[in-house]
Amino acid sequence: MAMSSDEEYGSDQMMSDDELDADSLGELAGNLDSDYDNDADDDQFLENMRDDKPQKPAYEVDYTTLSDAELRNKQKEQVEDVRHILGQPVEQTAILLRYFKWQKERLIDKYMDDPDKVLEDAGLGAEWNDDPKLEKVRGFSCDICCDDDAEMNTYSMRCGHRYCADCYKQYLENKIMSEGESGRIQCPTDGCSRIVDSKTVRLLASPKVLARYGELLNRTYVDDKPNLRWCPAPECEFAVDCAVRQTELHKIIPTVVCNCGLRFCFGCGHNDHQPCPCALMKKWLKKCEDDSETANWISAHTKECPKCVSTIEKNGGCNHMTCRKCKHEFCWVCMGPWSEHGTNWYNCNRFEEKSGEEARGQQAKSRASLERYLHYYNRYANHDHSAKLDKDLYVKTEKKMTSLQSSSGMSWIEVQYLEAASTALQQCRQTLKWTYAFAFYLQRNNDTYIFEDNQRDLEMAVEQLSELFEKPADQLAASRKEMVDKTAYVGHRRRILLEDTANGLRDERWQFTTDIR
Amino acid sequence: MSTFAAKRLQKEMAKIHQGLAPGIFFVNSPNLQHWQMDIQVLDSNPLYAGKTFRLNFRFSNNYPIEAPEVTFIRAPDREIPMHPHIYSNGIICLDLLSSGNGWSPVQSVESVCMSIQSMLTGNTKNERPEGDEAFVLREGRSVRDIRFVYDDPTV
Repeated sequence: MAMSSDEEYGSDQMMSDDELDADSLGELAGNLDSDYDNDADDDQFLENMRDDKPQKPAYEVDYTTLSDAELRNKQKEQVEDVRHILGQPVEQTAILLRYFKWQKERLIDKYMDDPDKVLEDAGLGAEWNDDPKLEKVRGFSCDICCDDDAEMNTYSMRCGHRYCADCYKQYLENKIMSEGESGRIQCPTDGCSRIVDSKTVRLLASPKVLARYGELLNRTYVDDKPNLRWCPAPECEFAVDCAVRQTELHKIIPTVVCNCGLRFCFGCGHNDHQPCPCALMKKWLKKCEDDSETANWISAHTKECPKCVSTIEKNGGCNHMTCRKCKHEFCWVCMGPWSEHGTNWYNCNRFEEKSGEEARGQQAKSRASLERYLHYYNRYANHDHSAKLDKDLYVKTEKKMTSLQSSSGMSWIEVQYLEAASTALQQCRQTLKWTYAFAFYLQRNNDTYIFEDNQRDLEMAVEQLSELFEKPADQLAASRKEMVDKTAYVGHRRRILLEDTANGLRDERWQFTTDIR
Repeated sequence: MSTFAAKRLQKEMAKIHQGLAPGIFFVNSPNLQHWQMDIQVLDSNPLYAGKTFRLNFRFSNNYPIEAPEVTFIRAPDREIPMHPHIYSNGIICLDLLSSGNGWSPVQSVESVCMSIQSMLTGNTKNERPEGDEAFVLREGRSVRDIRFVYDDPTV
C-alpha cells in the first residue's frame, strides 16, 4: 500500500481492524486478480475510508502511535509554547513543565500568580541564565569523598552546594543508572531540594549516562500524561496517545493497535479484552485466579450437607455421613436422610425415593452458582486455549501457504487469504473469550438475548472457519472461495457483536451483577 | 572495595578517632566495609535509659553515593530497642537509610548514628511495627545469615 504521508499512515492504523472487512477483502481479492498494480484504487480506497470516518464504529477510539522521536518533538513543542509565555529559558521551562506533570494551564496559572514560589517549588530558585561550569576552588574539601586536592575540579548548582566533579558525576550516574531517576534528581546535599537540571547532567555525565537520562526523561513524559501510555509489548518503544480518560472506562473499552502489531486496551494496558470493560476483566481474572481450579475440584469431589449446606468432601469410609457441623445424618449416594435407610446399610438403592430427590434438588440449587461460573469459565478457557493454539496455527499457515503455492500453482499474493483467515480466527477467538467473562457478570434482561444471539452466531462462524482451516493443504485450494467468504463473515459477526456491546456500554444499557465503576 | 569508598571510609575512620558526638561509640570493624557502632539515648526516656544498643553498618562499593545497610544487632547486654519503626530482627525502617530520596552522600556513619539516636529519643511508644512477626518470619533467613557472620568469632 502506498503511504506518502503520516496522515495516510495514521488512517491505515485506524482501520487495521477493518482489514477483515467484507468490502476491503473483496477489494483486496479484486486487486489480486488484476495483478495488484492499481495504486489509484488504493488511494480511492483510503479516500473512502476517510469519508467513512464520521461513522466510525462505536467500539473504536481515535488514537495515534508515537515513536521515540515524536515523543521528544512533542515535548519540545510544548516547551516552546510555554517558554514564551513564561519568559523562561528552555531548560527551566522543561523542569517546570515536568514539575507540573505537563499541565500547561496549571503551570501558567500558578506562575502568573507567584513566579518566585513556582520556581522555588520546582527546585529552580531565582533566575539563572549562565551555562554551568566546573571550577577549581582553593581550600575546598569535598564532603562526599573528603578530598581536598587544590587541583580538583568542583561543581555546584545555584544552591551553592559544592562537591568535586568526580563525586557529582558518580552521584548522577548512580541516580540515573541504578535508581532510574531523571527529572526529579535533587542536589546531593541533605535537605536541599534543588532539582539537578539537564544542563548539569550534560556537563557532568558520560555519554552513556546522558543517553539513559534522555530516555528516562522521555519516559516521565509518557508516565506523567494521562493521555499517553507505553505499548506493553516487550521491547516495544512506541507510546499511544488516546484521549479516553480513566473515569470513562465503564462506558468504553479504548482498544488500540500499536505499530508493533499488539492490540491492547489503552485504559488498563491489558491485551485486547473487548467486549468486557476493564473493571469486569480485572474481576474476572482475579476470580479465575482464585477460584477456577478450586471450583472444579469442589464440583468434582464434594457435596453439600442437605440440611446446613456445608461443603463436605468424602475422603473414604461408608456412605453413612454425619455432618460435622449440624450432625445431620444422610446417605452420600442418594443424599436422603439416613434414618430412612433402615438396615439396608452401606448399599443404597433408594435413588428414586422422594426424600432423597428433594435433598438432591436442594443441593442442585446451591451448586447452580458454581456450575454457572464453571460454564462461563470453561468456555472462556477453551477460547483462551484455542487462541494459544493459534500461534502454532500461524506457523502452520505459513507452511500451508508455501505448499499450496507449489501444489496449485497459485502465486504468493493469491494465497494471502490463508493469512487473512488465520488473523481473523485469532482475533475472533480473543473477542469470544471475553464475551464469556462479560456474560458471567451480565444481569439477565431482554438485551441479554440479543447479546447471546450475537455471541452464538460469532462462535458458530468461528468454528466453521476453524474447521475449514484444518483441512489438508491439497483441499485448501478448492475451498478458497468459501474460506474468503467465511473470513469476511466472522469479521462481520465480530463487528456486529462489538458494535452492540459498545453501544450498550456507552448508553449504560447493560446491567451487571457487580459494580464496574 | 572501590578506592572511592575506601578513601572516604578511611577519612571517616580518622575523624572518628578524633572524637564522636556524645552517646556514640565505635566498637570495631573486622574490615573496612563492615563496622559496628554503639549508641545510647542521652535523655531520660524510660524506654531506653541506661541501655546501650549496637548498630551494624555494611558499606557497598558505591558508598557514600549509595546508603549503607544499617541494622541493630543483638550482643551480650545489647538488645534490639523497642520502637514502632524497628523490627525485632533489628531492621530499621528509616527513609534516610534507603537509597531513594532519603539518603544523601553527605551523610556519614556518625550522622546516621545521630539520626537513629534522635529517632529513639523522640519515641514514647513501647511497641514494634505492625506485622512485626510476619515480617521477621519472612526475613528470617537473611537475618540469620547476617548474624551468622557476626557470631562467628573467627571472622
